[in-house]
Formats: sequence, C-alpha cells, structure tokens
Amino acid sequence: MNTENSTSGISSCRQAPWREELRKSMTARERNSIPRVKMPELDPAYRVTCNEEVNQGLSAEQALIEAKRCLDCPDPQCVTGCPVSIDIPSFIKNIERGEFLEAASVLKRTSALPAVCGRVCPQERQCESRCIYNKMKKQPVAIGYLERFAADNERQQPAPEADAPAIQRNGIKVAVAGSGPAGLSFAGDMIKRGFDVTVFEALHEIGGVLKYGIPEFRLPNTIVDHEIAALKRLGVKFERDCIIGKTISYESLMDNGFKGLFVASGAGLPRFMGIPGENLPGIMSSNEYLTRINLMGAGRPGHDTPVMKGARVAIIGGGNTAMDSVRTARRMGAEKAFVIYRRSEDEMPARKEEIKHAREEGVEFLTLHNPVEYLADEKGRVRAMMVQRMELGEPDESGRRSPVPVPGAVEEIPVDLVIVSIGVSPNPIIPSSIKGLEVSRRGTIVVNDATMQSSIPTLYAGGDIVRGGATVILAMGDGRHAAAAMAEKLLS
Amino acid sequence: MFTVLSKEHFSEKVVKLVVEAPRIAKARRPGHFVIVRVGDGGERIPLTIADADIQAGTITLVVQDVGVSTHKICALNPGECFTDVVGPLGQATHIERFGTVVCCGGGVGVAPLLPIIKAMKEAGNRVITVLAARTRDLIILENEVRPYSDEVIIMTDDGSYGRKGLVTDGVESVINREHVDMAVTIGPAIMMKFVSLLTARYNVPTMCSLNTIMVDGTGMCGACRVTVDGHTRFVCIDGPEFDAHKVDFDEMMLRLRY
Repeated sequence: MNTENSTSGISSCRQAPWREELRKSMTARERNSIPRVKMPELDPAYRVTCNEEVNQGLSAEQALIEAKRCLDCPDPQCVTGCPVSIDIPSFIKNIERGEFLEAASVLKRTSALPAVCGRVCPQERQCESRCIYNKMKKQPVAIGYLERFAADNERQQPAPEADAPAIQRNGIKVAVAGSGPAGLSFAGDMIKRGFDVTVFEALHEIGGVLKYGIPEFRLPNTIVDHEIAALKRLGVKFERDCIIGKTISYESLMDNGFKGLFVASGAGLPRFMGIPGENLPGIMSSNEYLTRINLMGAGRPGHDTPVMKGARVAIIGGGNTAMDSVRTARRMGAEKAFVIYRRSEDEMPARKEEIKHAREEGVEFLTLHNPVEYLADEKGRVRAMMVQRMELGEPDESGRRSPVPVPGAVEEIPVDLVIVSIGVSPNPIIPSSIKGLEVSRRGTIVVNDATMQSSIPTLYAGGDIVRGGATVILAMGDGRHAAAAMAEKLLS
Repeated sequence: MFTVLSKEHFSEKVVKLVVEAPRIAKARRPGHFVIVRVGDGGERIPLTIADADIQAGTITLVVQDVGVSTHKICALNPGECFTDVVGPLGQATHIERFGTVVCCGGGVGVAPLLPIIKAMKEAGNRVITVLAARTRDLIILENEVRPYSDEVIIMTDDGSYGRKGLVTDGVESVINREHVDMAVTIGPAIMMKFVSLLTARYNVPTMCSLNTIMVDGTGMCGACRVTVDGHTRFVCIDGPEFDAHKVDFDEMMLRLRY
C-alpha cells in the first residue's frame, strides 16, 4: 500500500537512471515536433443509434508515441493543475518505456479511479492547461488519454490479486454514506489501511453519479463495476437500499460500533428556474431524464420504467450534464435536440470534448438565450417555450461576463420535451437528520478544508455534499483526504 | 431480505402484503413511505406504509393493481421477495391534539390513513373516520380503523354499503353537525381536491398526502414536484403531506396523466 502523495517522490523518480536515459534518447525538438494524438472515435452517424462508448481509447502504439511528446519537465506544471496532484510525468514516462502496469500503479498511488478520471476529467482546464506545450503554442500532451490508456490496459490484464500483500486488519468499523466517486475512493483508502469498511447506498445500484448520471457512451458501467468488484475483493462491504439518516440513524450507526462516518451523499436536489409553466408535463430535470435512462434502463427491452420521448428536445444549461442529456436525447430518437444557454459558448462549463461530440452528433446550440415561459398544448403538455435573447454585460462574481436580456427580444420556439440542467443543490436528507451538524446557508456540510472533518468529530464529508457541485476528481480527492485524516485520528 | 410474509386480498385488485423490513419497521413514523422494486428491470414506485410491527420486523403495504409495476407487486406470494425496499422516506405526519379530527380516505388511500388515525387517536383527538369507495367490495380496513375511531362513516357511490354518496357528502355532514378542528384526506387526487375545496369553504384546516410519480424518492429527480402555495415543492422530501388548501391539484392531476 502506498497512499502518500509527495512531490519528493516525483523528483526522485525523475532522477532514476532509466528515466534520465529516456530523456536523453530524444531531443526536445524531436519530441515537440510529434503531433498530438487523435482519440479514435465512433462515427457520429453510427453512435447516435446506440449507447456504445464514443471514445475508443488509444492503441499501445498511439500511447507510446504520445508519451514521447512529454518533455519530462524538471518542474512539471501539469501536476499543479491536477486537483489530486497525480505524478503525471512519472506515469507518462513509464508508458514511454513500455512499463504500462507501472504507469497504472503510479496513477493508483494518487487516484482511486484512473479509468474514470481519464474519461471524465476536464483535462483542458486542469493538467493539460498547464502543459509547457501551451506556452510553445502547441497542443498539450494528451494526459487524459494516456491516463485512460494506462488504466484500461491494467484492467484488461488478468487480476493479480493472488500476490497482493495481505492487509493487516485493525478491526475498526467505519461507514460511508453514498457510493459515488467520493465514497468509493474513501472506502478504497480505508480498507487498504486495515479498517472494516461498509458503504451504505440509497439506490439499488452501487456507483452513484457514475451510474445514474454519466451515460454509458461516455463512461461504460463495466468500468465502474470493475472498480467496485476490486473494492469488494479487498473486503469493502456494500449495503444497497439503505439511507443514513432515514433507514438507520447516525446514532444507531455509532451504537452499532462504527467509529466514523464519511458522508458522500452527493448533490441531490435538481434546480429549476421558477418560470411559468415549468411544471408542465414534458419538462423534467436532467437528473430525472438521465436516471430513468441510465439507472432504470428506460427504453430498453425488459425494463418497466418509462421515459418521455420528444421529436424537438430543448436542454437548458451549458454544463456536462446538459451535454450528457442532449446527446442522450439524440440517442433516444430526437430529430432536433438543442442546447439553450444564457451566456456564450466561451462561458460554457462543459468540457470542450463534450461540446465537440455533441455538435458532431447533430446537436444545435442556441447560446445567449434564456427561457422565460413554457406554453402547453390542449392536452396540457409542453408545446413551446418563450426564450429571451441575451447579451454579455459586465463580469459577475464568477468572473464570467454576465448575461443581460436584450429588451423586447423574445421569441417562441416549438418543443415537445424540455430537460432542465441548470445545476443541483446538496441532498438535504443527511444534513437535516443529524443533530448538531453544521450546515451552510446553501445546505452543504461545513468541513475543515484539510481534514474534511465536520462539526461532529466522528463525521467527515466530501464531494458534492460539501462542494455543492464539483467534479469526479475533486470528489475523489476529498475521499482520499478524509480517509487520511480519519485514519490518523482513529489510530492515534 | 424484503420477503413477503403474508398476503391478504381485500378485493380482486387490492392486496395487503406484510413484508420483512426490520430497519424500516423500526424507523418509520405515520406518514412515511417506501420505494419498492420488483425484478431486475422493475420500476421504482412509492408506497405509503400502512402499518409496522417493530417486534416482528415487518411493514404492511396495501397495493392496488393498476399497472405493470403494481401488477408485479400484487402477484408476489408469501415467501417471495421484493427486489428492493428502501425507506422510510418523506416527512412524518404532524400529530398533535387538535380536538376533533375528520380522517377521510378513498380507495387504497385508507391504507396510509390508518397509521394517522391511530396516532391522532393516541394523541387524544376525537377521531371521525370517513371511508369511501365506489362500491361495497372496495371498502377496505374498516375493522382496522374502528378501534381508533370514535365514529366510522361509510360512503359508497352506489349505496351498496353505508350511505350512498361521495366522501365529501360524509365529511360535510360531520362539519354541519359539529365543530371540526382538523381534516386529513388521502386518496385519489380528484377526491382530495374536492375534499379540500369543501373544507376550505368551512375554514377547516386540511392535510393531504400526495402520491405522485417518483423515481429515486430521495429528492434527486424532481419527478414528484408539485406547486404548493405558489412554490415548487418535492413530495418525496418536503412531503408527502401538505396543507391541502395550498396544493395545486389540477397541475398535479395533469402531471399524473403522463
């Protein structure tokens, strides 16, 4: 087990003889003249007919060439762009020298779910945004693709658990509420530290947002299931259909011998805009739409859950969930699927790749527009929406230029299905059911930034229930920080 | 887990199931519901808990066979299991000593009303129960509500049992006869709407329990949203009980149709 995350590890690794030799094997000019690899993708016309993963992953040959592009900088800025400070040059150089499994183990030192993060992290805003190549006006090293390659390669190897070192168990019981990225990474770290870990999940499936939220065409369930199976082999127990704060109280957990609880219950409540007609049939949250399709299998044979279909589908919002929803709508047969976003495309929070993929799949973008009212047909179902044209004004507190309505510029657009994807609020069940737990005005659990400890000493929290809406990698990082802090406290 | 221990047919389409769910039995209060699922491709649907036995570790559900999922549930036999039962969910009923409380239930709505009747009685209220159905065979749980009710009024549309008339006729007769401090109504949305209109006319505070469409039941999807007092609320976490006079029943009925 190695859960440390030290920068001294990076430099010592960098001075390893094999790595020095590797650096000298090519000049920087030779390296930076290699064009950035292109991710092999399914053809857009084909992929909108199915749920298959769009990005096919790099071949070993492609990965070996892309890895050569990395200059193995003495002061690698990519690491500072990673929320969990993955030792990026070290894993890439291991790929370059053909030690793919070693590359995966470098990733696993810091990231509990590299196959997931390689697929869903917004690399262009994180590690890749700090790559030295940007300063050279070249495209950054494809760190995300390489991360995914290393993790996928390892997953396809026969499970080596026979020679995994036996972990000394300490017999201390800890509980986790929620089995999304934060909960899974916490569970993995604690079981490796010898704790007796039980993960309680409200839904009937393990995986949280990785299962109900992110669609199969972006993150196949088999990837998530592989990680869950690995945790089970290490001894993590999972209890589905159990809500901490409802099915069992925090007090009764403690009475049953649990010494700590990590709350990773996620972002529960979908937000709506509060405009007239928003509760009409035919208008739903992206959470509802994606949960029906991803978790409940709506539209697939043998699944009872229905979902409304539309020929003209509008998705409100510009984040990753909006892109997931609009691309799902295309796959569910929408003739016209479009994103309505109140700012311009530059301000869209979605990953660039999702926007590109959506556009390739025939999704239209109506930026600088904002819905103001929905209209019903004679049966009461939504038939049209009134949208207000916007223009960009002064920057707001987020630093982005804020959208301002253009007076009188309101138009009617026919729609028969609307997916509202403008964000979520924290799930209130746990914050409201535990006495003495300090909660912010926004409903998030207040924690110490470093230790993730709440106002209740035995209760730690992380992920969206603390951040209110963040990324998989940040949630995962919270899980790891909480595990380190809780372990230290319980073992001292 | 979640084994059906006993099954009783109230009518051809209505069954009572006693289900093993010890944690839920212990944690539940009147007004709470569960989300259940039958089969791997099964739908998640909400059902209000009709009763619970902490010693036996069971909860009681009353289900009317109206569609694919309720049909699967009604087909479960003793010894068979629900795939999933999760809860208790929602906010518990606000119980206090109001004085005289009229509890009116229609159809299977009587099942979730039963624990509220019990709790209202135990809190020292004078409880008048109005049970309503289309016809005699559809009146359920009469024997169960009697011990906790000071009076039971039965209403049937066809007059085959009790008095002929709608649930509102029964409730109005009580209001005309004596002072009523509180009304509780559970049943089909249209019934609750008309009970609510009636009690609003007489200024009798009224609580209703809504059974909207849900997927997760924990606040995540928003399928259950209703307008209460001009604001969008989620039945799963804010409810299922609301001030009936403030609920937009027309919008709710429209949403139930899809």
